[in-house]
This record gives sequence, structure tokens and C-alpha cells, in this order.
Amino acid sequence: MDETPQDDDCELTKLHPNYKTMTRVEGLVVVVPLLIAALVVEAFADFPPGITAIPLILLFVWLVIYLPMRRYQTRGFEMSADRLRVVKGVLFHSDTVVPFSRVQHLDVEQGPLERVFGIARLILHTAGSHNASVTLPGLWHGDAVTMREDIRQYVKRESQ
Amino acid sequence: MSDDPVVEAVPHEAESEAWLRTNPLSVIARGIGQLKGMIIPLVALFLGGSQFMENSAFLLPIFAVIIVATVISAGFTWYVTKYRIGTSDVKLETGLISRAARSVPFERIQDVSLEQKLIPRLLGLVEVRFETGAGGKDELHLAYVSEAEGEALRETIRALAEDADSALQANKVDAHEPRGVAKSVPIFAMGPKRLFTFGLFEFSLIAFAVVIGFAQQFEFILPFGWEEVEAWFNQPDARAETIRQVQWLTGIVGIAGSLATVIAVGFATGVIRTVLRDWDFRLERTAKGFRRRRGLLTRSDVVMPAHRVQALIVGTRWFRKRFGWHRLSFISLAQDAGSANHDVAPFAQMEEIAPIVQAAGFTLPDHAMQWRQPSARYYADRAVFFALLLGIPAILTIALVDEDFGLWIGLSIAAIAVFSVIEQFWLWRVDRHGFDPEQVLSRHGWLAPRLQIASRVKLHSVEIAQGPIARRRGYATLNFGLAGGNLRFRGLDIGDAKRLRAAVLASIASVDFAQLPR
Repeated sequence: MDETPQDDDCELTKLHPNYKTMTRVEGLVVVVPLLIAALVVEAFADFPPGITAIPLILLFVWLVIYLPMRRYQTRGFEMSADRLRVVKGVLFHSDTVVPFSRVQHLDVEQGPLERVFGIARLILHTAGSHNASVTLPGLWHGDAVTMREDIRQYVKRESQ
Repeated sequence: MSDDPVVEAVPHEAESEAWLRTNPLSVIARGIGQLKGMIIPLVALFLGGSQFMENSAFLLPIFAVIIVATVISAGFTWYVTKYRIGTSDVKLETGLISRAARSVPFERIQDVSLEQKLIPRLLGLVEVRFETGAGGKDELHLAYVSEAEGEALRETIRALAEDADSALQANKVDAHEPRGVAKSVPIFAMGPKRLFTFGLFEFSLIAFAVVIGFAQQFEFILPFGWEEVEAWFNQPDARAETIRQVQWLTGIVGIAGSLATVIAVGFATGVIRTVLRDWDFRLERTAKGFRRRRGLLTRSDVVMPAHRVQALIVGTRWFRKRFGWHRLSFISLAQDAGSANHDVAPFAQMEEIAPIVQAAGFTLPDHAMQWRQPSARYYADRAVFFALLLGIPAILTIALVDEDFGLWIGLSIAAIAVFSVIEQFWLWRVDRHGFDPEQVLSRHGWLAPRLQIASRVKLHSVEIAQGPIARRRGYATLNFGLAGGNLRFRGLDIGDAKRLRAAVLASIASVDFAQLPR
């Protein structure tokens, strides 16, 4: 145990704030149709008031307000010269380090919603069975591409 | 199929080698293989038909049609299957209507293995499998070629694959060692006596399960109804009557006799399965790696390059452990008959295992090894969890079920709960993790401890995972990205986990993947 933990005490880089907005929109997409249905039921059905609306308002608060905030707070990454550390998890915490020397290939992906917000996911693929691909979402698209290029350069240089 | 286009040149391909067909005898092997799957339905049809009709001869033409159709389809498969060993890849074309052409570049071929099932073996044929690390079904396989050709193919492709590798890696040292120096040193073998002992330890009652399952499935074939048997068993009066009729002593003898039969069948099942699987088990160290041959009816011949061994597992079972028997298996990129691990010494004493471990480039932990104890809180939390999970139902059963058996069931559940709690305490006493300059090691288990050793530079990523309780209590699971297998250390103190990760990452990052021996 002569090596001191060098990775863990550094400050994590936060994701792009648009990531929080995007997860809110994702939450809305799920909750809004349900909420409308619940309000319709409230208006027309003969149930005691609030029996369908209140749970859905709670779901709204959790999925649109609380969870995106907590997710944004807990997620983060740290890119050093030869490795990438990805931290995530609101309830189940996970802290993964992938050395660039073990990266098999790299992806930068963008879904339609991510494109609207200008953010992207950087995906590192390794040959390991566990964590075969490590995804880092919520990067500004330009940053993701730069990071990919940096890692690619590293892999190219080191594997010579 | 009487025409002979065994070798068919394809003019617009500039490769030196021509397209080849598999051995014509594979028509027979394939045909029998397909018919084998139809035997049970056919017998069922035959017996079923004979119940309704006096004369079941009308079924014979149907059988003939099925056999002819199978042979024609097997012949067709043979006719359209072509392969070619090119200058940079192996190509395989199959199918007529849905034609598939596959190409595997040499540098992606991890290994070539040969397998012989019973019927191909009688015909002198082998199935050649090209292991690419893709895992399981998607592997390229060639069924069937003659034994000599299979062996030649393996040598050719292995040589070509190594050339492809060494072209990529200029700094590989042994790339130009003279080929054909196939010196092999036997390092482990199991003779009939060892196999018999092994078989006894593999005691299994699966034969009974199969017989009962089969009887249920094919009830209509049986001369008596299943319900009759069930009814007989469910009539305590009838049985009591039977027993009362005979002498008291005879009853005891009868029970002892059936018990003896069950035990004998259990041992016989174990011995037969073991002999079938591991007959003439040989492990040799060759210039190219480990070569393992085993099997009575299905003989397999696998070569595992030593540098491709990612990690190894020394396992055992609680009873055989008392006699010092262990099982050594390798985790490598290639698959082994459906399981991810390669058995290299399924039943051996530790002093036999040590040289194999050494030959694979690993070292077993010795007394100097500094083992680290996992967090006591992890085991305490698990003990509390089991106590609640089993304790609450136990108390509820005792309290709510009025009958006598409620008390007994409740007490049995409580006993299991107590055992689980004690087990967690013991696991805390015996579970250990550790690392040395080259490896990470873990030892887990109470009655049947399991030792896992992985090479540090062959790991791909390290993850510290924590659930909500683990975070509050300050322990974590360390997950290692290991090619072809899983390696996780559970219940580490968070500080330990971070130190271990930093140490392992330092070794991983220092060696690039492309520099690793492939």
C-alpha cells in the first residue's frame, strides 16, 4: 500500500448544465400525458378528489424537479493524462476509472433531444466483460468530440 | 452428389488458395445428427399410431421419406458450404437461398479448436471451430473435415494468425522462433483410477429426475398411466396394508434396499458422466500454449495460449475439500463448451495444481502474502438482513399457525436464519482480498473456498460501486473489468477500495493494450 490514492481527492468536473434541463424534459415527456389523464379522471370520474392527481403531482415533483437536480449533482467526470473517471448514481453510487490504454474504440452519440440541447454522450468501449462500455452523458458536443480526439491520440501514440 | 467438384476454382479471386468443400462423409454425419433429434418423436408417432390402428405399416413410407429428405438436405448443405484459407482471412460461405458469406481476419482468431462427437468420430471427421472471442453462437465453425485436414488447418491458421499478430507488433520477441518445434510436456493427466474417484465425488441424483421427467413427458408410451402410479403413492392405506402384510423386518430391509439403490444409482450417474466427459484427460504444455484433450464419446482437443489466460480460479466443493481435491480453471477470451471457464485440472491436489498455475504465468499466494480483511460492517449488515428476512417469517409462522407443524416449520426457518448469521460471521473471518506486484487475488467462501487470481495488467477498468446502505456504512464493491469473466471484491472498506484501485490502475495504465502479449 505504498501508492496513495491519487484519483479520488481531485475535484470532479461537472456536466454541462443543459444535461439537467434535458433530463427535466425527459421527465416531462413521461409525466405530462399521465398528468393530463389523471386530471381528466379527476374531472369526470366519481372518485374522491385528489386520488389520482396527488400521486401524479408527487411523481412530477420527483421526476421533473428532484431527480434531474440530484442526478446533475452526483454525476461528474475527471479526465487526466491517461485515464477517465466517471462518477454517477443518486441511490446506487458508481465510480469507474478507465485507463486510455485499455480503450478499444470510442463513440460520440447524440439522441434527438440531446441534439436540441447541443449535448452528447461519450462512450468508451473496453474488452472487459464488466463495464464493457462506459458512458459519459451530458457533455457539450464540441467538448465530447475534443475528448474523443484526445483519447484517440493517446491510444494511437501509445500503441505504436 | 455424384459429381466431384471437391475443388472449385473461383476465377475472379486473385488469392492463391482455392475454395474448398468439407469432407463428403459429413453428409452422413450431418444426416445421422439430424435424424438423432427425430428418433423420439418418431418412436412416439409409431407407438401412438399403433394404438389406433392394427397395422402401422403405413408409417414405414413416412419414415423412408423423412430419412431421404434428411439425407438430401444434408447433402445440399454439404454442397453449398465452401471455405477458403486466404492470405489474410478465413472465408466461409453457406446456404443457397439465404446465402451467408463470412470472413474472419487472421489477427482476430484467438484460437482454433477441434471437436469430435460420437458419429463424426466413427467416420474420422472433426469439427473445426475458430474462436474469435465473440462468444458462443457467432463463432465460425466448419463441420466436418477429416481429422488430418483439421489438424493441418489448425496448424496453418495458427501460424498465419501469429504472423498477422507479429506484423502488428514489431516488438514481439518470440515472433520469429522456428515453427514446427511442437515439443509438448505433459503437466496433468487423469487415469481411470483418478477418474473413478472423481466420479464418486460427482454423486448425482439427476438420473432420477430425468427418469421422472421423461415418464411425465412421454406418459402415453408407458404401458400404465401416470395417474395410477400417483394414486398408488397417494394412498397411505394401500401402502400401510402392503407393509402390514409382510413382516416388520422385511419392511426395514425394503426401505434400506431402496435407499441403497438410490445411492448406487447416484454414484453410478456421477461416475458415468465423469468418465464420458473427462476420459483420458490430458493437459500438456506445448510451445503454443496449453493443450487439453478429454472425452470418451465426444473427444475435444483445445489449445489455450498461455498469455491469453486472463485469470484463474481454484474452486472446490465442501466434501471433496476434506480430501484436498480442487478444480483449476482458466478464464480466457475463448469459450469452452458453453461455459466461460476452461477446466484445466478438474480434480487435483494442490501440489498438482501449483505447477500448472506457474506454467500459466501466475503464482499461488504463499505465507508471505499480505491478505486484507474486508469490512466487518459489510458482513454485519448482511447478517442483519438475513436475520430479518428469515426471522420475521419464522416468528409469524410460530405465532399464527396453530397446528403442531407450524411450530416445526417456524423453528426450521429460525434454524436457517441462525445458520446464515453464523455463516456471515465465518465469512468475515475467512474472506480475504489482496494484491501483489503482478496480480490481484480474492479468497471467498467458508466450507468450499474459491480462490481467484487475475493478472493486474490484463484488467480493463476498475469501478467502485456502492448502494445506499454501503455508502452510509463506508464499504464498497470493487468491480474489475476482466475479459471473458467477472472479478469483484465485495465488502471492502472504502479507503482500502480506493487504495487498491489506485495501485491496480497504476499497473494497467503503464502497459498499453497493444503491447500486451496477445
